[in-house]
Amino acid sequence: MADEKKIFKVTIDNITIEVEAGTSILQAARSIGGDVVPPAMCYYSKLQGSGGKCRTCLVEVTAGSTADPRPMPKLVASCRTNVMEGMVVKSITSERVIDARNGVVEFLLINHPLDCPICDQAGECHLQDLSYEHGKEGTRYEFQRRTFEKHDLGPYIQLHMTRCILCYRCVFVADQLTEKREHGVLDRGDHSEIATYIEKALHNDFIGNVIDVCPVGALTDRTFRFKNRVWFLKPMDAHRDCPKCSGKVTLWNRGDEVYRVTARKNQWGEVEEWICNDCRFQKKKTSDWIIEGPTVVSRHSVISQGHYVGTVNPKEFLPAVMGGRNPRLLMDIHTVSEVNDPEIQLSKIEGPATSDVFGEEEKQE
Amino acid sequence: MSRKVLIDKVNIEGIRFYDEYRKNGGYASVEKAFKMSPADVVEEVKKSGLRGRGGAGFPTGMKWSFLAKPEGVPRYLVCNADESEPGTFKDRYLMEFLPHLLIEGLIVSSYALGSGRTYIYIRGEYAWIVDILEKAIAEAKSNNWLGKNILGTGFDCEIYVQRGAGAYICGEETALLESLEGKRGNPRIKPPFPAVKGLWDCPTVVNNVETLAAIVPIINMGGEEYAKIGIGKSTGTKLLSACGNINKPGVYEIDMTISVEEFIYGDEYCGGIANGKKLKACIPGGSSVPILPANLLLKTAKGETRMMTYESLADGGFATGSMMGSGGFIVLDEDQCVVRHTLTLARFYRHESCGQCSPCREGTGWMEKILQNIEYGKGKLTDIDLLWDIQRRIEGNTICPLGDAAAWPVAAAIRHFRDEFEWHVLNPDESQRRNYGLAHYADPLQTVTA
Repeated sequence: MADEKKIFKVTIDNITIEVEAGTSILQAARSIGGDVVPPAMCYYSKLQGSGGKCRTCLVEVTAGSTADPRPMPKLVASCRTNVMEGMVVKSITSERVIDARNGVVEFLLINHPLDCPICDQAGECHLQDLSYEHGKEGTRYEFQRRTFEKHDLGPYIQLHMTRCILCYRCVFVADQLTEKREHGVLDRGDHSEIATYIEKALHNDFIGNVIDVCPVGALTDRTFRFKNRVWFLKPMDAHRDCPKCSGKVTLWNRGDEVYRVTARKNQWGEVEEWICNDCRFQKKKTSDWIIEGPTVVSRHSVISQGHYVGTVNPKEFLPAVMGGRNPRLLMDIHTVSEVNDPEIQLSKIEGPATSDVFGEEEKQE
Repeated sequence: MSRKVLIDKVNIEGIRFYDEYRKNGGYASVEKAFKMSPADVVEEVKKSGLRGRGGAGFPTGMKWSFLAKPEGVPRYLVCNADESEPGTFKDRYLMEFLPHLLIEGLIVSSYALGSGRTYIYIRGEYAWIVDILEKAIAEAKSNNWLGKNILGTGFDCEIYVQRGAGAYICGEETALLESLEGKRGNPRIKPPFPAVKGLWDCPTVVNNVETLAAIVPIINMGGEEYAKIGIGKSTGTKLLSACGNINKPGVYEIDMTISVEEFIYGDEYCGGIANGKKLKACIPGGSSVPILPANLLLKTAKGETRMMTYESLADGGFATGSMMGSGGFIVLDEDQCVVRHTLTLARFYRHESCGQCSPCREGTGWMEKILQNIEYGKGKLTDIDLLWDIQRRIEGNTICPLGDAAAWPVAAAIRHFRDEFEWHVLNPDESQRRNYGLAHYADPLQTVTA
């Protein structure tokens, strides 16, 4: 009997469930699933000590427990607060929570570059998902954003601090998966950065996992960077007999070519089993792997858009079709829209074609 | 004349050194406490009603009784001497001129809590005070007040001084513990609280310098006697470090029975506003507590006289009140610009945010930039609402109180001096020429002639 874990009843957004004692509110919410699950940018269930930093998972506790039913005065980080018997939690049903969450998203985005179209993480970025759900369409931040130089941390990993949201996950990975952590957080406040002191490469068989845990595009795979967009790739579960790790991975293919290898991730975007650098960076041939079948991707994920069935590659390249001419614009916009002034040669305008340009032309006439 | 129990002997020549300190009744509390059981010492502190002097004002006896006491696990007492709050310099004064008072308080407290190894975590900038403290510890040790088997009671205690490296955040107790362990000074997520899992995962009590020094008079005169000083739950005396536009800036010990008005205008204390100017506003408890305009500072919203007590200063909540805080009493005269003042504070908090959690890391920088714009005549009226919105979303949503500390001054400045912000926005040229802000907040009340 002594070994038996206590079971606590907890109510999250009017849904009552039973979970083991010692479960965090976030994990309890995840066992319910659906909309009540608070977003988590820094918490990672497989990394001890992670969480509590990004504040996106704030929830309101309206009753602490059956024994002490007082509400908690502040919103609490659900990832680091354990459930109690009879606890009542409000996640999306609380206006305070939604407001705070929107605030946190705004804070996270003020210094994050909004250049998703050129970011390698686009399509699998947690911050992108979060801002679609909670962000505003406009920004109230009118100042220059914080920027950093890109750094290559060895041959495989690139760090672009400009995108970092300082979740500390990569620091925990290095602490808990490798023998010696070689990178950490330098400075403090809004000028703090993840860095190796001073310029070092990260050498460890498992350090590649920092790429998988990074919720944004701050740590990217140099062997894959800008090779392809994730939604053009088809993920497939595969395994190999690896002496270092479990060898269970996801291959990201386009055609027969393996573009990249990542660990398998669950529905919360968390790695199921850590993989080694050999599997991740070296084994990029289909013949290295035993393919199990397509990875199940959420129907709503942009990645599931990448199932190109029955597409046909053109036989010749575009200039051949166009009689040797390499077009600047693929579509002649004059024929599509009356708005554009057909008199103006778009190719002769310096810089982007804005309304000012068209206005000036009219004045001259 | 206000009663002094902490710094009453500070003017005795040579009180900084052991011999003179001992001659003047020093270390008597250790002798007395060691005849009592540790639980009785804690009980005495509880009776005294002593509240933490670091800023939060949590009852010290209660904090001590929360300390977990598992078998075979060491317990630690840590003295928080990382006094970095702008406007607060009372601990420096205490440590510089009465180092043995702190050592004495530490020995008694260590005995009460069963801490064999006690640490003083001191602000790195107080470099010369480290030498003073270490000399005092060496003196105490050579006179057998520290080390093994103190006074033959079998109690062993060592005190170590650890220097910080210049971070305001390391004054937050869990960040202090991280820093003491040799890690990056990031606040920990609570729970677990230090009383359960503190330094090296052992139960730990972190107390302010002044709190620990106040243990000495409590033991000497008895908790009940100490509780008779002051009003209500604000027992004992409090050190206040007064600065700003006053005639006599400095550290004052008050028993908490005087009014704010008397403290500002009384000859015994600040001696009135400098250069014959008028009082405009005041931050009564260190930079992070809300600023109050003169009319609300001297009288509460209900029209009662505001006293220098924890309760009276907090009367009216944040809408019309403030906090006792750490006792950094900053006075602004009619010539001071609240916008510029708020900008200075915002810059400080932006610089000192640890960068761990997002609202504080990003929000403090954002607030500073907006305030910079308003101050330098580039602001918009919507910026003021934006500032309000930002501070609202930082407050209470962060790991540690630094987020609150950064949000409160901005909130209070907008709450009480919104027209001054608007004046800055609407008169950008004039606000650049004369940076006085508006002067009509000057006190409407008669000054006390003591």
